[in-house]
Amino acid sequence: MLVSILHRAAGDGMALVGLPVLVWWLAAMAGGASSYARFMDHAMSWYGIVVLIGLSWAFFNHMSSGLRHFVLDMGAGYELETNKRFSVVSVISGVVLTVAFWAAIILL
Amino acid sequence: MGNGTSIGKVRGLGSAKHGTHHWLLQRFTAVGNFLGGLFLVASFLLLPDASYATVTGYFSHPVAATLVALFLVSVFWHARLGLQVLIEDYVHTPGNHFAAIVVLNLFTFIGAGFGLFAIVRLALTATLGGAA
Repeated sequence: MLVSILHRAAGDGMALVGLPVLVWWLAAMAGGASSYARFMDHAMSWYGIVVLIGLSWAFFNHMSSGLRHFVLDMGAGYELETNKRFSVVSVISGVVLTVAFWAAIILL
Repeated sequence: MGNGTSIGKVRGLGSAKHGTHHWLLQRFTAVGNFLGGLFLVASFLLLPDASYATVTGYFSHPVAATLVALFLVSVFWHARLGLQVLIEDYVHTPGNHFAAIVVLNLFTFIGAGFGLFAIVRLALTATLGGAA
């Protein structure tokens, strides 16, 4: 049940917050150097980083549980043990991928 | 809604009144989101810095701009379908339900339309060499 709630929260969160940010970013790039700089000022501020980390977690969480959906849609993974393992893995991998992403951004 | 076969008795009674097409589109767009999302994540990781010249130079390339445009369509479509289900689950009054779906359609069409305009403008100003 937690996986389902997180899947919806992450998905709807990305739809309502992530998409406006995505379009803002594209419009800022299209608008020229000064509008891009204004976007980056917000994006790199403390609240911008909080939002971006939240969106990246939402992305990786939704992706992980979405891949789980594809497995279940094929009719696989309904045994109790297997199903439980997939659920736990999807939540953990969402967090692990988020940490790995930011570690790679900082280190690379 | 019929009164004969067992499926005829329940068809159209769900909160959305129908569903297979919606369900399939949610999966098709999910594949598009997955591929487009991986492209964006890989791009962010591989770009050497986040400066205006680097980022716009990269995303104004025809291949990158096309992938972002396709990703926009897929992700806005997927989000429209997902938020529609949220509305169907929580907004039951017919009038409010209708209004919420109208707002949702405006939100997604305006967002996708403006996003597509931005990526086209970015790609074309780079090609034409105009100062944006």
